[in-house]
Amino acid sequence: MEQVVQAEELRPPITSIGIIGWMRNNLFNGVFNSILTVVTLFFLWKVVPPLFRWAFIDSAWHTTGQACRQAAGACWSVISMNYRFMLFGFYPYEQQWRPFLAMMILFGLLFYSRDRTHWKKPLAYAWIIGLFTMGLLMKGGIFRLSSVESTQWGGLPLTLLLAVFGLTAAYPLGVILALGRRSKMPGVKVLCIVYIELIRGVPLISLLFMSSIILPLFLPEGVTINKILRAQVAIILFTSAYIAEVVRGGLQGMSRGQYEAAESLGLNYYMTMRLIILPQALKIVIPPTVSQLISAFKDTSLVVIIALFDLLKTTQSVLSNPEWMGFSREAYVFIAILYFLGCFSMSNYSRKLERELSRGD
Amino acid sequence: MNLEKKASEELMIEFIDVHKWFGEFHVLQGINLTVSRQERIVICGPSGSGKSTLIRCINRLEEHQRGRIIVDGIELINNIKNIEKIRAEVGMVFQHFNLFPHLNIVENLALGPIWVRKVPKKEAEETAMYYLEKVHIAEQARKYPGQLSGGQQQRVAIARSLCMNPKVMLFDEPTSALDPEMIKEVLDVMIELAQEGMTMIVVTHEMGFARSVAHRVLFMDFGKIVEGNTPEEFFANPEHERTKLFLSQILH
Amino acid sequence: MKSYSDRAAPEKTPFWLDPKKRAILFQFMTFCMVGLLAYYLISNTLINLQRQKIATGFSFLHKESSFEIGESLIPYSAASSYGRALLVGALNTIKVAFIGVIITIILGTIIGVARLSTNWLLSKLATLYIEVMQDIPILLQLFFWYAIFYETLPSPRQAISPGAGIFMCNRGVAFTIPEVHPAHYYMLLAFFAGCLIVYLIRRWARERQEKTGQFFPTFRVGLAIVFGLPFITWLGFGAPMEMDAPKLVGFNFEGGLTVSPEFIALLLGLVLYTAAFVAEVVRAGIQSVSKGQREAAMSIGLRPVPVLNLVILPQALRVIVPPLTSQMLNLTKNSSLAVAIGYPDFVSVANTTMNQTGQSIEGVALIMAVYLFFSLSTSAFMNWYNKRVALVER
Repeated sequence: MEQVVQAEELRPPITSIGIIGWMRNNLFNGVFNSILTVVTLFFLWKVVPPLFRWAFIDSAWHTTGQACRQAAGACWSVISMNYRFMLFGFYPYEQQWRPFLAMMILFGLLFYSRDRTHWKKPLAYAWIIGLFTMGLLMKGGIFRLSSVESTQWGGLPLTLLLAVFGLTAAYPLGVILALGRRSKMPGVKVLCIVYIELIRGVPLISLLFMSSIILPLFLPEGVTINKILRAQVAIILFTSAYIAEVVRGGLQGMSRGQYEAAESLGLNYYMTMRLIILPQALKIVIPPTVSQLISAFKDTSLVVIIALFDLLKTTQSVLSNPEWMGFSREAYVFIAILYFLGCFSMSNYSRKLERELSRGD
Repeated sequence: MNLEKKASEELMIEFIDVHKWFGEFHVLQGINLTVSRQERIVICGPSGSGKSTLIRCINRLEEHQRGRIIVDGIELINNIKNIEKIRAEVGMVFQHFNLFPHLNIVENLALGPIWVRKVPKKEAEETAMYYLEKVHIAEQARKYPGQLSGGQQQRVAIARSLCMNPKVMLFDEPTSALDPEMIKEVLDVMIELAQEGMTMIVVTHEMGFARSVAHRVLFMDFGKIVEGNTPEEFFANPEHERTKLFLSQILH
Repeated sequence: MKSYSDRAAPEKTPFWLDPKKRAILFQFMTFCMVGLLAYYLISNTLINLQRQKIATGFSFLHKESSFEIGESLIPYSAASSYGRALLVGALNTIKVAFIGVIITIILGTIIGVARLSTNWLLSKLATLYIEVMQDIPILLQLFFWYAIFYETLPSPRQAISPGAGIFMCNRGVAFTIPEVHPAHYYMLLAFFAGCLIVYLIRRWARERQEKTGQFFPTFRVGLAIVFGLPFITWLGFGAPMEMDAPKLVGFNFEGGLTVSPEFIALLLGLVLYTAAFVAEVVRAGIQSVSKGQREAAMSIGLRPVPVLNLVILPQALRVIVPPLTSQMLNLTKNSSLAVAIGYPDFVSVANTTMNQTGQSIEGVALIMAVYLFFSLSTSAFMNWYNKRVALVER
């Protein structure tokens, strides 16, 4: 009878497992990569410690402008001493809890909407009521809230308002444009194509100029339209063209069979779109739609050019104050962090959604 | 099975010298056809012969350019009222089922009655369950199309058309997209339908079904109805060369 | 069986039930509504313009502009016309867009490839760059770079010099350039001649390869010719080496080539922002070519460079080029933000013009027309390219 020889359990060589193995595979595999790693590490070593020192160690956190100038590092005081103006603009100081509350409502709604199982009719109503309440909080005038004119609205609430209302209004308009573009009626199709290509071909700034300077000319004598509304109209018109293209992509992805089945059941155009085609098409294009929301959020920063006091302009106002002049870096970094947090969480969510949807629910 | 081998005398569908072009391509070249109430017709032929186009003209999924089509006394012209009336009486089953993936089975079936016939929701759902029982698939009522097999989906599609109480059922290659083991369950449902006296026009390659169920088998080629006869005569004594060629290709 | 063939043709369908006529009616009504709206807006506008005593028409283009423009590619003064001013603006836009596109494509490709690198450090850094730059609004980035220039860089007297003959200060960056010499003109001619020769050689070499199978090192020879001919020309002129170095005269630099802070800030902002998007496009394009393609090509025995040229790149480019042109168009449109930092691009100049003449409608119309021209030509190019490279499918 043969003896079964127990082979010694062979372990992999020590240089290919554990942390050394990982470094070998990922940082030092091959001559070229090794050189690259060394060069990159050198570069990081030159840049990161001084940056760290500037930002955290030598920096001034809560001082006056004078004291800041004497500090060798970053002057974060420009933010800590001015954040209320940066965030809320000219909104009356004691009433600033109102825009704050409005923003909290918005964040709450957004957070709740992240879970797709919550996407039912009650949520839509919640959004409508929420948006309405936000507008009410900002404007005031009833329920013993003092009235605050829209000329005093500014900062982060203004940015969010322009983005959220912009997308909300642009979405239905974009859907209609997309349907029109795919229509068999040449007249309607041409009108939609002209609109979409025209708006997509020009920079947002030209639309902002158009709406802030030319829109008043369109209106009869005596009718004025406030600045925020003008910017909002431009943003809505702009975003709707991009949404139209996104939705058109979804419509193109629908198979002919769905249209035919609906037709053969006797459904007319409106019912076919509402019950069969749009529910499917709009769901397919949720990720690119979120992408558009991110773009709209970033694009609101352009209203600084037509002198609306969004987050960017309030910051610039602070910087034009002699006490805080010259600390643009710090102030802009702060704003950049805010925008980054917003956009990054949205794009992360979009990626998560895309994964979920491609897995097929 | 005991199928009525004699259809009624009433005319259900009539094609009078119907022509259709797709651009330059003359897809229907002078079709003359009559279908009586309770008659069952099978149309076969090579691909591109126009057989699908022919039945799709009946419910106006395709528009014919010359000639007349009359369905149950209503003429198919550019009149929305006529088209709607005809579509309400004609049910269609597609090769690729075309169920609505975002609705569950009952919702798929109840959609037509609720939105076209303006039936209250409860009644529509009861009708839906009745027809789901008929096609032997009631237990899947709350599932979604994506969760069903091809054969199950096609039976649901048949039930969906039946919910509208059609007078004619059109079948456009109903089993061509199915795996072989599921063809029988769909054909069985179609046979039951036939037993109840439904007027049916079926485009298919299932010659066994044609033999046992059809009153007439028509052969189409190059946009024309080449010949048509009772199944016995058709399979035993095909008259034209093209028919013989086609039959030899599919009855190997 | 009774037939309907003897039945008379049905009565005429009332037009409101005929689908074709309904479609026409619907379009007619749509046009009417749009027309009415347009009429309303236009008539209001004309009344308001008259009331505010604003002129209409484009005759203002011939009037004297009476404003200066900071930088210009063609001669311009405050006595020039508005039309000329707008031309200067347009040229400035083209200048920043052209240079921006070239640098962005290079930088974006590098970052995109780095993102896919097997080197963990590099790939993570590239990912960080892409994430951060994509999520910060471009206008903010522009302001940031502009502020860096003005707040961080010293005055000309204390200019930083990172390298030979380059001076960085808050008035801009001054480069030492070769002094303009007639030889340069001929060198340029030699360069174009070289390109033409290389093109002809490529055609000849390809035909020869098809006929005889012999391989000709077109790339190396081509490179040598394209760079060699101008070099020889330069030698022929006696190798002129005079450099025009910027010299500190009074409070500023004179001589050499000075690039304004506005231009640099705009270029930096545009390039760094758009490169992040281009990197993603390049990455997606490279990843779209399935691994099996590379493996199949290598198993035939192709070396890495031909694998790249013949198999990977053609397929990757099909996926890359359309969104890439889109991004380049975005860069051009984003260059309009120059108005916010004072670089005199087309929108900037048009804005000043509008403020001075009050003719905002014509101004905005001009802005939109110019950018539409860019967009439509880019769309046309994309359509042409897509048709040309479309994979022939069954």
